Amino acid sequence: MGNRCAVIGVGQTYYTTKRRDVSIAGLVREAAVRALEDAGLTWKDIDAVVVGKAPDLFEGVMMPEAYLADALGAAGKPMMRVHTAGSVGGSTALVGASLIQGGVHDRVLVVAFEKQSESNATWALSTHLPFSASLVVGAGGYFAPHIREYMRRSGAPDHIGTLVAVKDRQNALKNPYAHLKIPQISREMVESTPMLWEPIRYLETCPSSDGACAMVLSSEKAVTGTPAWVLGTAMRSEPIFRAGRDTVNPQGGKDCAADVYRQAGIADPRRDIDVAEVYVPFSWYEPMWLENLGFAAEGEGWKLTEGGATALDGDIPWNASGGVLSSNPIGASGLIRFAEAALQVRGMAGEHQVDGARRALGHAYGGGAQFFAMWMVGSDKP
Amino acid sequence: MPSDATTSPGSPEDLVADHVLEFPGGYTRTTGPVIGRFLTELRDGRIVGVRTADGRTLVPPLEYDPQTGEAVTGEFTEVGPAGTVESWSWVGEPRAGHPLDRPFAWALIRLDGADTSLVHAVDPGDARAMRRGLRVRPRWKSSRSGHITDIESFVPEVTKIVSPVRMEYRVRPGRALARFLEGVARGVFLGCRCGSCHKVYVPYRLSCPECGVAISEEVELPDTGTITTFAINNLPDPRAPQVPFVSAYILLDGSDIPMIALVGDVPAHEVRQGMRVRAVWVPEEERTASMSNIKWFAPTGEPDAEL
Repeated sequence: MGNRCAVIGVGQTYYTTKRRDVSIAGLVREAAVRALEDAGLTWKDIDAVVVGKAPDLFEGVMMPEAYLADALGAAGKPMMRVHTAGSVGGSTALVGASLIQGGVHDRVLVVAFEKQSESNATWALSTHLPFSASLVVGAGGYFAPHIREYMRRSGAPDHIGTLVAVKDRQNALKNPYAHLKIPQISREMVESTPMLWEPIRYLETCPSSDGACAMVLSSEKAVTGTPAWVLGTAMRSEPIFRAGRDTVNPQGGKDCAADVYRQAGIADPRRDIDVAEVYVPFSWYEPMWLENLGFAAEGEGWKLTEGGATALDGDIPWNASGGVLSSNPIGASGLIRFAEAALQVRGMAGEHQVDGARRALGHAYGGGAQFFAMWMVGSDKP
Repeated sequence: MPSDATTSPGSPEDLVADHVLEFPGGYTRTTGPVIGRFLTELRDGRIVGVRTADGRTLVPPLEYDPQTGEAVTGEFTEVGPAGTVESWSWVGEPRAGHPLDRPFAWALIRLDGADTSLVHAVDPGDARAMRRGLRVRPRWKSSRSGHITDIESFVPEVTKIVSPVRMEYRVRPGRALARFLEGVARGVFLGCRCGSCHKVYVPYRLSCPECGVAISEEVELPDTGTITTFAINNLPDPRAPQVPFVSAYILLDGSDIPMIALVGDVPAHEVRQGMRVRAVWVPEEERTASMSNIKWFAPTGEPDAEL
């Protein structure tokens, strides 16, 4: 795994439908400044900048690393862009961490963002090439059949997705940065909303958000303040079209989890991990990823959700922050998971803090569930 | 004034007449020094306020401080030209005397540096753009006379631009897709079998995504298959015939990878995982080398397949 790496600063914008008051540069700057303030550092303390965003068509910004160099204080420093669809936020953190682990730099600023209000992600995901007749409409249209197949295989009752939709929005009420705040959220409310891409209901989907998230990563000798130590990092990918590919329980996700657990010394994730921030953009992905990430046996994930194990007061809270279901600036969503995991083990998660959290998982996935990025962070130096 | 009166026949109760009172040329108003200064500055394209004895800036200026009754000072100060909307009312149907001939808002605008607000028209283009806190600036008439209407209206500050992006590509299908489309043009699905893992892929391709080896064996597949899973889409899309529409993963018989296609000739909620389907082709004379040759897949009526 290389040299030790720690998160020493986290900065987030308040996620919302439309940030009309700032440019994209202003948005990323806001998150970066907060991360620097958290670390007690200034721009001159940063050696390199890594930036991540969703695919170019999402906002029509093709070279964000060129456009945002000034806003991120990157003049005269290495700067690069990471590009792995929805998992990009997680991959951005991991590329930044690798620059520390490899001994190249002592302090790296990682930033990811999305300003969904400038365009339309569903349009960007539904650009149909000539000669083909694709019928996939947006991310929901893509993932709905795989959720249906999970329900068939596991025999999970219909209300499991509803439970996740309610739980994550209840958690969001405790997170000042969360976008969706629905104080009266209930199963009845979720079930009264229409099916968009059956079996996915409106309130079982993530919102469209504007926002940015940033972290300052540090080598051991450059640590300031309260560190979250990186205990393991892993990325995996797999081709979207491959015979025998399991789209419900992808091999890439299983392999990525096994790798990151091995590095962090996690034998039983449910027992050894205190809190997990997992990329759940559609509510049914909680039980699906509970199985993919080894928190439950295949076909059993929904029982953890149903039994309340993943609630804030459960034995393995998932998405204490409210998760992607409550805030979804797509390019940043993975980085937010990683940052929230760090906040938990630093004891800085505020009202949604899981008491005594010492080891946390951050997870992101992207594309057609074909890119995976994960890290484990802990309060104790490895 | 002579009245332009006409009488109409009928009973006395029906008698009606228009009567206009308009002083020829209009009344005059001597401005006095305070209002006169304000209007003179307006003619020059500036907005000024007047200071009161206790240091407040009244915009538009008044001759006497409404709070104290004291005369205002002779001190004028330039304000704005930008300001903030404090309150507003939408005028959906402008009348003849209104400053604009299109829908607009009457707004109370607090100009920067002023302690009071000014009533004027705001032209935001769209009622949805109006809100408390909206930042606006005056749009001046090119020819000014020293009148409040020298400001035609206020307009929002520039907060957003449109950035058109357009890319044009000339797309060739490539050898593999071109071969597949040759099959589709004559009503068959062409696939291929990997010589290493023996999996059958459709559409036809030149290499195996699993093994990475070149594929040379072509396989002609039937147009029947099984729905492995599907979504019922309730969001309208220009590419779909109507909502709800069913997009399904269909595993063609003899293939190892499903393809995504529309399912038709069956109500959306009667589609099942495991349902047996067959491609519905457009009539032969309408066929081209395109996937639009397949209208959709429709149930065959066979018993469901085991998944």
